[in-house]
Amino acid sequence: MTHLAQLAQELDQIFVLAAHWLLSYLPAALQPLCSAILSVAAIIIVFATLFALTTWLERKGLGRMQNRYGPNRVGPFGMLQPIADGVKSLTKEDIVPITADHAVHFLAPVLLVTASFMDYAVLPIGRNMVLVNLNAGVLFFFAIGSMMELAVFMAGWSSRSKYTLLGAMRAIAQMISYEVPLVLASIVVIMQAGSLSTVSIVNMQATYSGIWPHWFVFTPWGFAGFVLFMVAATAESNRSPFDLPEGESEIIAGYYTEYSGFKFALFFLGEYIGMFATSGMAITLFLGGWSAPFSFLTWVPSYVWFFAKLLAIISVFIWIRGTLPRLRMDQLMNLAWEFMLPMTLLNLLTAGIWHFMPAGSSRWLVCSTMVVVPCILLSRGLKHRKKFQVRTYHYSE
Amino acid sequence: MSTATHPTAHFDLQPTDGPGKEQLLELSMGPQHPSTHGVFRMKVVLDGERVVRLKPVFGYLHRNHEKIAESETYLGSMPYTDRLDYMCSITNNWAYALAVEKLAGIQVPERAEYLRVITGELTRLQNHACLIGFLMQDMGSSGTPLMYAFREREKILDLFESLTGARMMCNYMRFGGCRVDLPAGWLDQAKKVVADFPRFLDEYEQLLVSNEILMDRTQDVGVLSRELAVSAGISGPMARASGVDYDIRKVDRYSIYDRFTFRVPLGSHGDVYDRFMVRLLEMRESVSILEQAMRDIPSGPIVDPKMKIRGFRPKPGEAYGRIEAPKGELGFYLVSDGSPNPYRYRVRPPSLINLTVLEDLCVGRNVADIVAILGSIDIVLGEVDR
Repeated sequence: MTHLAQLAQELDQIFVLAAHWLLSYLPAALQPLCSAILSVAAIIIVFATLFALTTWLERKGLGRMQNRYGPNRVGPFGMLQPIADGVKSLTKEDIVPITADHAVHFLAPVLLVTASFMDYAVLPIGRNMVLVNLNAGVLFFFAIGSMMELAVFMAGWSSRSKYTLLGAMRAIAQMISYEVPLVLASIVVIMQAGSLSTVSIVNMQATYSGIWPHWFVFTPWGFAGFVLFMVAATAESNRSPFDLPEGESEIIAGYYTEYSGFKFALFFLGEYIGMFATSGMAITLFLGGWSAPFSFLTWVPSYVWFFAKLLAIISVFIWIRGTLPRLRMDQLMNLAWEFMLPMTLLNLLTAGIWHFMPAGSSRWLVCSTMVVVPCILLSRGLKHRKKFQVRTYHYSE
Repeated sequence: MSTATHPTAHFDLQPTDGPGKEQLLELSMGPQHPSTHGVFRMKVVLDGERVVRLKPVFGYLHRNHEKIAESETYLGSMPYTDRLDYMCSITNNWAYALAVEKLAGIQVPERAEYLRVITGELTRLQNHACLIGFLMQDMGSSGTPLMYAFREREKILDLFESLTGARMMCNYMRFGGCRVDLPAGWLDQAKKVVADFPRFLDEYEQLLVSNEILMDRTQDVGVLSRELAVSAGISGPMARASGVDYDIRKVDRYSIYDRFTFRVPLGSHGDVYDRFMVRLLEMRESVSILEQAMRDIPSGPIVDPKMKIRGFRPKPGEAYGRIEAPKGELGFYLVSDGSPNPYRYRVRPPSLINLTVLEDLCVGRNVADIVAILGSIDIVLGEVDR
């Protein structure tokens, strides 16, 4: 029995042990540097592969939702399609508009990809598997996340095209507006955990009562926070139904209309990597990071759980994309400032009350009411103000 | 909301003239644009994202259809009419055949009339289903409703293929009847398709009608007042969505439409949502017409036996034949001078005339609304430009 437990533990730490073993051949002075390089390389390779897998999964999933097959020509079940796409984008001509600001036009995709990869520095992918355990990890994450807005605006502005300008305008307005509820929704976790370090936030959640884990999503404020965080994250990563900055049917491709070839592919890469990072942060904050959903499943390696949760969230993103039409700019803004912001502030209050009330069913009752009732009232009120209805029609004989 | 009673006249746009207009942005949407339904261009003057002026520019698909028809025999133009509104070739054929029949005084046998109604209403079903799909696509729903519509359209196109040999360019009508009779088993297959169609409509309604984003995007957007609709000559579902009770199937009672009981749905707001809903409800009525027609279809000849194709020379005169095409009033005006080809051949395309109010619907809205409004007008550029 103990033998099995030890095996599970070794399997869990296999990548950490492998890195230690590799580094042990190096002189001690070089070890910290090489350790960092090794981790960075691993993150880039793993998440770039996940990006390839996700593009395939998304096209296949959307296809299935739309009575189509999706890609099925390249490789078994079209699984090599991402490789074909990569080759295609590498061999295409790289067109830069003659009036564009060349330097900024070149730097924008680079900055986007760099910024989105930097987010992973503080994401704990598995037990003991985090690049740097910063004291202010969550803060670092959001600070880096807002660099992506800069990259998007650089792309839109430097292209000197009207469509890209419109796309950049939309992107800036949207991403800044949704950053507020995104950060506010995550503050509840920081309040509860008393730490900005992602590692200690996960460690707090990786304990169990009976078979049930102490994930923050299993509390009223945690659940509300998770939902609000995910909505804001959808907008932050420009995913449908908040894909206005791209707005394919309206403004061609938004801020990256004037990009072609591999730079275009880099925008795709950056967007997806950013989406994974925000989903990863949602997992870290609310879904217990790498911890198992039941105490009897802790023998499964921790990184498996992280990626299982990540894939689950990605599937939900794909599902939403195949389902909903796009919002309009003013409606998007109204949602951010009139619904998301009051709800996140209220959620802060709820989390505070939860902290100071004695544990028990009364705490559950009070906090659930504090979240659910205002949510219903607010959404009813906003809907009522807009006077939307399913209409009845009359006929002439 | 537009309070004008006449469509705005179009002048060249000069956005940066005069003080206070330096901030305006002139944007050319099209002719290569993902949601202009072909090669259509809109010169838009924007204040931020709000539309200040809009000028439709078309003619990119002009093929000289009317002039070519004047140097072609009457029958020779029939395949060309397929290419007008290439989504609904059969109703184009029908309108043209109706005009020639009026001109030459040709009677159509009863079975042929039933065939025309059946194929025409099937055309309406697939057009409306696809239009709603395209509208949702324009509003950014990544193709799911469109693909659902295409699934149904496929079944109808299969019927057309087995009947006429072509899926889209059917070339089915002849003066005094139809080209071919139904192949064996066609009617049973069509009955099955029509019987299944309401299930698709239920699904579509359930998914779309009460979707909050859809209501948000379409209600009170692109409002066309009843007065403007009448004075601008708007026809078809677009006019009926504005509350104009004008359905040529009821007004003219052409062909055998007086034998069927069906109702005409009317909107009261005239916005994009009404235009979408009127089409959805119209499909249900079409299903009911189809059920009645396929129940009652008699046997008999499918073309007037007295009609001769070779040396067809109608007497000098003029005629205007019109039908209720899926997009609106489709009319053909023909002038004959007694020769084998028409002296004047003129098409009244519903798409073009419905498009004339585009600026009135769009001014004051934003870029995202332009796309939804254009989608709800239902244009096919083959018909707009001819």
